[in-house]
Amino acid sequence: MLRRRSDLPMNEDTLGRFLPWLIAFMVFLSALALAGMLILNDAVKRWDTGLNATVSVQVPPGANAREDEQRLGQVLAVLAAKPGVERYETLSKDRLFDLLKPWIGDTGQAQDLPIPMLIDVTVDRDADLDAQSLAKELQARVPGVSVDDHRVWLSQLVRLVTVIQVLAWAVLGLIALATIGTVVFTTRTGLAIHREAIEVLHLIGAQDAYIARQFAARALGLGLKGGFLGLALAVPTLAGIGYLALETGATMVPKPDLGVLKAMGFLFLPVAVALLAMLTARSTVMRNLKRMS
Amino acid sequence: MPPKVRDSDPESIVRFENVGLRYGLGPEVLQDITFALGPSSFRFLLGESGAGKSSLLKLLYMALRPTRGQISLFGRNVASMSRSELPRLRRRVGVVFQEFRLLDHLSAFDNVALPMRVAGARESDVRRHVEELLSWVGLKDHLNSRPPTLSGGQQQRIAIARAVITRPKLLLADEPTGNVDDKMGLRLMHLFEELNKLGTTVIVATHNLGIVRQMAHPVMRLENGRLNTDEAEIISDLRLDEPGIGAGAASAGPGFTRIH
Ligand SMILES: Nc1ncnc2c1ncn2[C@@H]1O[C@H](COP(=O)(O)OP(=O)(O)OP(=O)(O)O)[C@@H](O)[C@H]1O
Ligand SMILES: [Mg+2]
Repeated sequence: MLRRRSDLPMNEDTLGRFLPWLIAFMVFLSALALAGMLILNDAVKRWDTGLNATVSVQVPPGANAREDEQRLGQVLAVLAAKPGVERYETLSKDRLFDLLKPWIGDTGQAQDLPIPMLIDVTVDRDADLDAQSLAKELQARVPGVSVDDHRVWLSQLVRLVTVIQVLAWAVLGLIALATIGTVVFTTRTGLAIHREAIEVLHLIGAQDAYIARQFAARALGLGLKGGFLGLALAVPTLAGIGYLALETGATMVPKPDLGVLKAMGFLFLPVAVALLAMLTARSTVMRNLKRMS
Repeated sequence: MPPKVRDSDPESIVRFENVGLRYGLGPEVLQDITFALGPSSFRFLLGESGAGKSSLLKLLYMALRPTRGQISLFGRNVASMSRSELPRLRRRVGVVFQEFRLLDHLSAFDNVALPMRVAGARESDVRRHVEELLSWVGLKDHLNSRPPTLSGGQQQRIAIARAVITRPKLLLADEPTGNVDDKMGLRLMHLFEELNKLGTTVIVATHNLGIVRQMAHPVMRLENGRLNTDEAEIISDLRLDEPGIGAGAASAGPGFTRIH
């Protein structure tokens, strides 16, 4: 039974101007937190399935090409015999130079620079291949070989991301608390401002719920207004951040492409905040009216 | 003739027993008030300014609780009622406040509609009854006016319309004719009589002795915080000498709504 007309002169108070902006700010912040969380989620999933299963082996260059061959051969022999190694691939010199180009420039005359040789090793995810023992084994044959285990590095990164996600949840929780606090405060002020009209409504036979409904409807309306305003401000901000991320080539951060489901999640934010505001207003009125009489 | 109700009558609409009232730590403004009114009673409440008429009515519409004594409405002890029971009781009581207490941001229509809406009436019924009643009190052209833009007498008529729109079982009017001319005053009184004939108990606090004489209903008089009911008979006898009710103002009242 929500009527457009309110029995209390709510449009004339100042709260109507103040609450939507506050809620807009809350939704803006929570949209950023949510976006951060979703992006990190995606990133972790991708790293987990992609990079996670590779190890790279780095073989230091010998005095000449023949020695290089020899060292490489010894390392490959070990890898071939090692259980848990699914596949390995030596990066050709050309590829290496391609990769290094941005740092050392055109390497036309540097082809014979002594640069290390790289082998990409794909390991069986289930095999418990230990990078350190592999490194020891290789170093016994060829001194100076090093093994980079992306998995170690990644598991640390994943842990960091988890911490960040917990923080994002905490931010969302704090925003919810701040919304509740704001609505409680504005509703109490409203009750004080409209005290005379509320008393008349009571004397006429209005139940507390009837009066609470008016405040709740108001909070819902203001909440939706502020919420969608906040979302409207968050969308260009997020797009801007996404654009910057692409421009700077930060490939660790995946392109913020939103599926339909995730977009729905963002639409749900202002609705959730507005509903929270409505329920808070309602319970605040019910509690305070009981205390008033 | 309104039926006489004795204190022992269980059918009382209103019953006061040794009721006293003080504001804060002040003196008792009402002392040892004892009376009872049955259905279809009509009483004028007289007394000098400051005698306690409005205070007595506030006790009746449950805006105040007595500091001693016991008040029963519709056979129920008010003090023993829970907060959630009060609204239903209050919907059976119509009040014309001395200072009107209209909601200034609402139109005349919405002000009068309030008691019906609060009781959950259908909007089509609200429209019909409110328009009819407002035209009956001469405000047909001011349905959408807000009270602050209207004269004192017009506001008073809105207040009266709001009090009677749900056809209450108990009607309390505090100086309801203070701002209108005698003709309109009588017309409004006939509205009350109309309700009274349908079974409503009416209490009108007033200084307007002219109307009291013309209407020929018993009087309760407040003096020094005490209620003098003896005089009721004396003044009501006056009706034998008076020319009766102004015939010009007498016309069929509007049909009243019943919500319960
Ligand atoms: N809210 C209040 N606080 C303290 N004293 C009050 C309050 N309201 C009324 N009084 C006192 O109670 C006494 C009775 O007041 P009340 O308003 O009932 O008189 P009344 O008969 O209605 O007068 P009038 O004819 O002028 O309306 C007065 O002495 C008044 O000062
Ligand atoms: Mg008074």
